[in-house]
Amino acid sequence: MTGVTGVFALEARQLTKRYSQTVLAVDHLDLAVQKGEIFGLLGPNGAGKTTTGGMLTTRIVPTSGNAFIGGIDVVAHPAEAKREIGVVPQTNTLDRSLSVEQNLYFHGRYFGYSRNEAKTRASQLLEQFKLSERSSAPVAALSGGMAQRLMMARAVFHQPTVLILDEPTSGLDPQSRLAFWDVLRELHSSGQTVLLTTHYMEEADQLCERLAIMDHGRILAIGSPSELKSGIKSGSILTVEVSGEVLGLTEQLRKELKDSSVDSVTASANGMVIIGDEASKLISPVVRIAEASGHSVLNLKVEEPSLETVFISLTGRELRE
Amino acid sequence: MTMTATDRASIRAAHVSKWAYSKVIFALLSRDVAVLKKNLKFFLIRVIMQPLLFVFVFTYVFPKIGQGVGGSGAKASEFSTLLVAGVVGISIIFQAVQAVALPLVQEFGYTKEIEDRALAPVPIWGLALEKILSGAIQSLLAAIVVFPIVLLIPATPVHLHFDWPVLLTIVPLSAVLSGALGLTIGTLIPPNQVPLIFAIIVLPITFLGAVYYPWAALTPIEWLKIAVLINPLIYINEGLRAALTHGVPHMALGYVYLALVAFTLVLLVVSTKGLRRRIVS
Repeated sequence: MTGVTGVFALEARQLTKRYSQTVLAVDHLDLAVQKGEIFGLLGPNGAGKTTTGGMLTTRIVPTSGNAFIGGIDVVAHPAEAKREIGVVPQTNTLDRSLSVEQNLYFHGRYFGYSRNEAKTRASQLLEQFKLSERSSAPVAALSGGMAQRLMMARAVFHQPTVLILDEPTSGLDPQSRLAFWDVLRELHSSGQTVLLTTHYMEEADQLCERLAIMDHGRILAIGSPSELKSGIKSGSILTVEVSGEVLGLTEQLRKELKDSSVDSVTASANGMVIIGDEASKLISPVVRIAEASGHSVLNLKVEEPSLETVFISLTGRELRE
Repeated sequence: MTMTATDRASIRAAHVSKWAYSKVIFALLSRDVAVLKKNLKFFLIRVIMQPLLFVFVFTYVFPKIGQGVGGSGAKASEFSTLLVAGVVGISIIFQAVQAVALPLVQEFGYTKEIEDRALAPVPIWGLALEKILSGAIQSLLAAIVVFPIVLLIPATPVHLHFDWPVLLTIVPLSAVLSGALGLTIGTLIPPNQVPLIFAIIVLPITFLGAVYYPWAALTPIEWLKIAVLINPLIYINEGLRAALTHGVPHMALGYVYLALVAFTLVLLVVSTKGLRRRIVS
């Protein structure tokens, strides 16, 4: 436990999880989340976000590396580390044998609250998360949004150092998602540190002060959403869908567009991704060159800088594939 | 020298862990008790039905209709008496297995409800111990509920001689063993194979567990007499016979205690490992 300064609420050093010779789920991840910060892990499904979350919440034992939460070594002292984290998992893990209120009350008891303290805090949280009216309902009777709020209330009950949310809005309707964002902002304004994993670019952009873009178990870029967006050298991205084999065409485009402020031309699943200063000015030359070499252009899209384009420029792939 | 946050955190961790685990385990147990209270009706039906029918048919109906299963007259009375230990023993082992193994199937199911408990600030062994104790408590309750049934229902008199020191050690030990057996089964059997619990574990354990006959009565089938020694229910029932009856043969108490302790220790280790494997990857 040497060298932990206590500045960070959460710190991962060279955190690695290897499942087999070929599957490296998380690859030497370095991460530091400051106190009071909402930090996002953004990446497509399978990027290693959930495995990272699993290691930070003691459910997955890292192959190598360390993680500290509130200064406590998660691998060496898992039971103590669990006091420092509040977890909202992807699935509904509420205790189905208990009522809404009992879910909070017993959570408090597990975390050392006396009977009276647990009762008081439970009713206060039911109020805060707008669940008072359902306090004696069985949890199976809750809607998705309500179950989500109850899991949030459970996670913050014991005032954890870090609140860890794994894809918290993936099963929610748009309205519940917006309501959930409000709840999160409120918690943030009260000083709660949050680590959020998501594959919704908009969620990361709206909520996170800083975020790390992950793919294939590695962090590709780290920074605030605006830093990341201004970090792409070029202004915009042109994605082109064409018929036929594209490798020759990308080579040809690279040559012919060399002088037109194009930063990169890469082949993608069914076409190409072209990054340049003003991609809209590239439309006609790209179409001309493609058609001249016997391809038909099937689809064409210009995107202004967003976290999506940051991801594309980093990986050559779209976030939601 | 100033203290860093890490020093403070490790001091706090060390201070917290020493006795806080038992508090967490107690809180988890109180959750199980709350659930049990809520479902008390169903618990009682589950506990009473099997022994009630069993005792009713074997020791009331059969003697009345002259069916020869338990013999007649003094023989029948002897059968009622030896059945007491068997029926209480079955209830102890069966209720603990049900109380621990079946809820685990839901908890390990697709929602991974187990995480609600797994995130409580206690090591995995603490969680395992809690589940075992919870099963043990429910099997003790089952034994207490069943006892009057086996005394009052038989048509022929039941002759009991209580050996309290033996009873008060055999019963709790059997209950803990059964809880650990329940946790072992619950962590070994995949959720979609629950009916297997009954087919390959519960039925052989009960039919070959010296319920309807004392172990010594197996002497004519020597290989079976030896083979059933891998069945923990044998020792529970033989121990209960020693604690409750005179004149019914039972295995020497030394062997009974030795086997019960050995089974309990092995199952504690196996079930804790099983739970760890299911929760941590």
